[in-house]
Amino acid sequence: MRTVNHDVLLIGGGGAGLRAAIAVAEANPELSVAVASKVYPMRSHTVSAEGGAAAVIRPEDSLDAHAYDTISGGDWLCDQDAVELFVREATEEMLRLEHWGCPWSRKPDGTVATRPFGGMKTERTWFAADKTGFHMLHALFQTTLKYPPISRYDEWFVTKLLVEDGRCEGAVAVELATGEVHAILARSVIMCAGGGGKIYPFTTNANIKTGDGMALAYRAGAPLKDMEFVQYHPTGLPFTGILITEAARAEGGWLVNKEGYRYLQDYNLGTPEPRPVLRSMELGPRDRLSQAFVGELKKGRTAETRHGHVVHLDVRHLGQRTIDEKIPFVRELCMKYEKIDPVKEMIPVRPVVHYMMGGIHTDLDGATPIAGLFAAGEVACVSINGANRLGSNSLTELLVFGARAGAAAARHAADAPAPSQSVLAQGLEEEARLQERFLDNRGGRERMANLRKELQDTMETSAGLYRDEPTLKAGTEKVQELKERFHDVALEDPSLTFNTELQTALELENLLDVAESVLHSALARRESRGAHQRTDFPERDDREQPAHSLAYATTGAPRIDYLPVTITRWPPAERVYGEPLSPTSDPVGGSAPPEDGGNQE
Amino acid sequence: MKSVAVEVLRYRPETEAEPSFDVFDVPYEDNWMILDAINHIKDQVDGTLSYRWACRMGVCGSCGMMVNGKPVLTCATYVEDVLPGPVRVEPLRGFPVVRDLVTDIQDFMVKLQRVKPWIIREEEKPLAEGEYLQTPEELEDYKQYSMCINCMLCYAACPIYELDPEFIGPAAIALAQRYNLDSRDQGREERMDVLSQHDGMWGCTFVGDCSVVCPKKVDPAGAIQRYKLDATVDWFQSVLMPWRKR
Amino acid sequence: MAKALNAGYKRHYPKWHRERVPIFWWLRSASYVKFMFRELTSLFVAYAAGLLLVQAWVLGQGAAAHARLLNWLSHPAVVTWHVILLATLLFHTVTWLNLTPQALVLRLGRWRVPKTVVWAGHYAAWLVLSLVIVCLFVGVA
Ligand SMILES: Cc1cc2nc3c(=O)[nH]c(=O)nc-3n(C[C@H](O)[C@H](O)[C@H](O)COP(=O)(O)OP(=O)(O)OC[C@H]3O[C@@H](n4cnc5c(N)ncnc54)[C@H](O)[C@@H]3O)c2cc1C
Ligand code: SF4
Repeated sequence: MRTVNHDVLLIGGGGAGLRAAIAVAEANPELSVAVASKVYPMRSHTVSAEGGAAAVIRPEDSLDAHAYDTISGGDWLCDQDAVELFVREATEEMLRLEHWGCPWSRKPDGTVATRPFGGMKTERTWFAADKTGFHMLHALFQTTLKYPPISRYDEWFVTKLLVEDGRCEGAVAVELATGEVHAILARSVIMCAGGGGKIYPFTTNANIKTGDGMALAYRAGAPLKDMEFVQYHPTGLPFTGILITEAARAEGGWLVNKEGYRYLQDYNLGTPEPRPVLRSMELGPRDRLSQAFVGELKKGRTAETRHGHVVHLDVRHLGQRTIDEKIPFVRELCMKYEKIDPVKEMIPVRPVVHYMMGGIHTDLDGATPIAGLFAAGEVACVSINGANRLGSNSLTELLVFGARAGAAAARHAADAPAPSQSVLAQGLEEEARLQERFLDNRGGRERMANLRKELQDTMETSAGLYRDEPTLKAGTEKVQELKERFHDVALEDPSLTFNTELQTALELENLLDVAESVLHSALARRESRGAHQRTDFPERDDREQPAHSLAYATTGAPRIDYLPVTITRWPPAERVYGEPLSPTSDPVGGSAPPEDGGNQE
Repeated sequence: MKSVAVEVLRYRPETEAEPSFDVFDVPYEDNWMILDAINHIKDQVDGTLSYRWACRMGVCGSCGMMVNGKPVLTCATYVEDVLPGPVRVEPLRGFPVVRDLVTDIQDFMVKLQRVKPWIIREEEKPLAEGEYLQTPEELEDYKQYSMCINCMLCYAACPIYELDPEFIGPAAIALAQRYNLDSRDQGREERMDVLSQHDGMWGCTFVGDCSVVCPKKVDPAGAIQRYKLDATVDWFQSVLMPWRKR
Repeated sequence: MAKALNAGYKRHYPKWHRERVPIFWWLRSASYVKFMFRELTSLFVAYAAGLLLVQAWVLGQGAAAHARLLNWLSHPAVVTWHVILLATLLFHTVTWLNLTPQALVLRLGRWRVPKTVVWAGHYAAWLVLSLVIVCLFVGVA
């Protein structure tokens, strides 16, 4: 095992990790920063985000309006102090990215253009055509290249956090190209390893989104918060699960069932209009739209295809010009992967697992309960997303909380003592474990792909769009069984050079832990809220203050605790979509300009 | 189910000195991509096969390989389109092979940094003053070059890069142009210093295949020729009008 | 481990494989062949330019010398060769002109001149120039 030393270690080179790295470098250029990522940073899954990133910029918008949309969208499970801070810092972060060269789409006068998005009451989503995440990630990555203190460790797979006496002092990573195990020691560690959609069979997430960061922190003793909230995006392409961005609906696309009927009107989401109406119909929140699909399925009004039941997204009436200008990637993806042209044909879609609202529990600075360990991005749960994230809030979250975590980690690194050499013993132990458990392990009988498939199918049945106690219980038992069977996994590759089988095994190990936390958190939450719908507890529990779940790893089943949600100015209320909120009944009180958006608490 | 023979180049540096082909008989469906076929091999037949992939939607740039001698994104190439087989899958040409289908692209990462792909300004505008204005037409000027996903197909198609690995290469130059042509940027001269060196743009002899294989229509060949034109104009100006700042 | 280790392998230092570039790399695809051929036609272009200079020089050497040159030029072998030469020159010119829209981006105010216009403009200029030269010759004759 070799050792490298840095002041701050970033695990993950996606949007959150790169933003945090720059924040550290800018906060204190004296600090040396390491970015370790299992893929080259520009391959991180932020690259696939399409629709846009939200921040108040138009004069008629207000911070309170953004906060209200976020909180109601999250079914009152968001921490409102976090949301207020988020909306306040969002615009500046987005402008900073503009200054770093992100090619935001523009209005004819040269100012940044915005588009409507699901669950947002006004247009506040900035976009770079429909490759927003791609452009943000590349702009961030290319910008990091100008900061000498940032060292990159590309294609280093982190397998363990080094924690001693409740302090995080680094991590162990395998350098994939050579198989060498390294201990990266640091005074602060920021986890930015992204989500874990791959616990499900049908997802918009890349193959690399295996919840590694969540699992590593969980095993190191940090609690995972609100893991039961998994977002299904209503419009994924069947078979591939490729996302058709919400922007397609924001630009005016319609969702229709097999009878050509805009069925969302039957689900309390408003009345159909030819033009898109904000917070209504196709621009409702994702949880409700995905749930409506299940309603249609039950009524037998979905169309059956080779790859399951679908409804259709119709954008034909937008015309080729709008499609090519505003959502060219949608057309590219449909033509390439579905062999249809959305200019002429309807796009078959069905709900698809997309995003994890839950993650490592952090405070407003991204600090976790483990000293020296910070987290930001999809891997973390601050929480601004509550029970259901609004589309286009995540990319902004990467920037706001990436920057905050970076700054906080820099402060921490300046004061923290150097990592104790005794953690190296843990590193050696991990090196030995990898060798014995995986590389030297022969004669196992369980095929990895089959274990993974069984896990994914279990999650779909037990913790899908609708859940109930018996299936969740069965799910927890099945995952327990899979964990045991994983010990007998069949491994064929003893090589040290770019051993992707080893990587897949480590990822499967992580998937199992993340799945376990999701199932147990879901089983413990006896109410329906946002993305967590229990058929046996169909109502939201408003008797007590809403609470976050916290899952702690134990030697057996995880322990689930609760933490009250912070409520500042918006007491829990009914989520209303589809009714134009009149100015008088507007719960956010009109549209103050962003400067004095009324954030006094 | 239909099936097709897939010949995959294997290289195992720990046990073999030279690469060789393994042949697999792969069942496939009509909506399968080459990547699905390779995943099938890894999941069901030979877990030791090594290659990179991630997004499966043609935007992360990981899964470029040579398929029947042509550089392609395997997640965006249908099996049906390369029939009848056997389908030959090899690592991207022009790069050192780490193992099997995994190449080493560190060289590109270094070159990318050399062309300074970030906004360079004499003076930063304070954030409080808002965004730099940029009209849709100004955006259009560089948009095409900003679409590069760093998939390295253009390098694999470039015989110059293969013959002379010093050559800075198509995507790096296209990305330099992406910033040169951005109305917010003022770093054109700094980048010209890098790119007018011997291993820079003049290495390109305009084979043009880079633009043919580019999955994102970036047109790196065009970017390079535009660069040469600019450099020539700059040079004439500096000779004919030495008093004028470049 | 079943197979013996590669003798050259040192733990954690795998040797990367570099494929040697074959001499006939340019036979790998039609576009490479075309590229090599195009590069070759540069020699023909150089020859044509040289010939032009020789002609001009010979003109200055008096009528007899010029007659000798004309005589040589009308030899069937030379004519055949020059027909081939013309074909290669045309190939070189056409491929060159076809590439111009890729390299040249023109704008008039906010309007970006479309590629087809750049392309057509070059052909038009070629045509006009050729016509002017033809007219000059006809005028002299
Ligand atoms: C298809 C799609 C479209 C989306 N569209 C939008 C949108 O329009 N608007 C919006 O706001 N949000 C959108 N999202 C959500 C948003 O893109 C993601 O939540 C966000 O990009 C996550 O960023 P991240 O930096 O947290 O993680 P990622 O970008 O996933 O990066 C994770 C990083 O961690 C590294 N890593 C992981 N595990 C390890 C390990 N074990 N060792 C070392 N490194 C590791 C990876 O290499 C990677 O660099 C979309 C998501 C998807 C999937
Ligand atoms: S220019 Fe095109 S082919 Fe080359 S790396 Fe970029 S996207 Fe790939």
